[in-house]
Amino acid sequence: MDPVLLLDVILLLLAVTTAIAAMAIRDLLGSVMLMGIYGLLMAVIWADLFAMDVSFTEASVGAGAATILLLSALTRTGTRERTGGDHHLPALVVVLITGSVLIHGTSQMPAFGDPQAPAHIHVAPHYLSQDIGKVSQKSPDGATRRDFGDHVPNTVTAVLTAYRGYDTMFETVVIFSAGVCVVLLLRPRSPLRREQADE
Amino acid sequence: MSESIVLRTVGGMLFPYILVYGLYVQMHGEIGPGGGFQAGILIAAAFILHSLLFSPQGTDRLLPRRLVDIAMCSGVLLYIGTGVLCMLMGGYFLDYSVLIPSDPAYAEALGMTLVEIGVGLTVASVILTMVRKIRGEAT
Repeated sequence: MDPVLLLDVILLLLAVTTAIAAMAIRDLLGSVMLMGIYGLLMAVIWADLFAMDVSFTEASVGAGAATILLLSALTRTGTRERTGGDHHLPALVVVLITGSVLIHGTSQMPAFGDPQAPAHIHVAPHYLSQDIGKVSQKSPDGATRRDFGDHVPNTVTAVLTAYRGYDTMFETVVIFSAGVCVVLLLRPRSPLRREQADE
Repeated sequence: MSESIVLRTVGGMLFPYILVYGLYVQMHGEIGPGGGFQAGILIAAAFILHSLLFSPQGTDRLLPRRLVDIAMCSGVLLYIGTGVLCMLMGGYFLDYSVLIPSDPAYAEALGMTLVEIGVGLTVASVILTMVRKIRGEAT
């Protein structure tokens, strides 16, 4: 049997089991820990698919930052989930319908790794050769002494910051807005307001 | 604040290494895996570790809150400012090649590095602010 396939199957089973366990467990601290393990497993799966940048992001955001944020939130709340009354039938129906539509959608997608898939023949060759908006003018002496040559070696960074610079800019703005919202919502009350509330 | 001598010693030793690794990921994002997002979270993680192991007041002395707020805003401003600077130099918004007219290819790399630093600053300070606020260290 193909060892890579075996590894993939084991990782997938572990990830699905961890995700189900994170939902089923009543202890919220354990649930957060299982979510962190799930993030780490997903990072390994992305690395297995050679998506190193996604893997790195998943390991730092999914397994790291999200876990820290949820743990900090748990210090403010209880660590036990409220029991009973957690079955909401309409929600289950909506989730089942959405899930089956999504699974139906994947049936028409090209096979994994298919070299003729539209994602590989449409814009990806231009991104990889980095000839969109490529600087046509050479350096004055025509020498290629620079490390970068005419492009940035990491295609993911080139796509994120050059080809899709607007996209990344607004992602940064979204994160900034989230930070501003947290500051506004959780700021300490001003002394004047506190006095008014005490009166 | 942790009472355990093992955690405090090992964590204190790890703190500078996480910081340096974060900076490496930041500056190396154009060559290897990584970039502003990942670097920002690593740098924030270093300071979160510091505030968990030692007193939050100690972390405040190391990295004043006002500085974090300024970094949060200046990251976004650096990103947008790079784009506006490209426009002022006569190119399109975020068209980095016009930044250095004599060496456009180098200017592309420079522009990408600048916006990645902007992303890193914002992500690091937002994550740090969120954890601080949710843990309620301000009160």
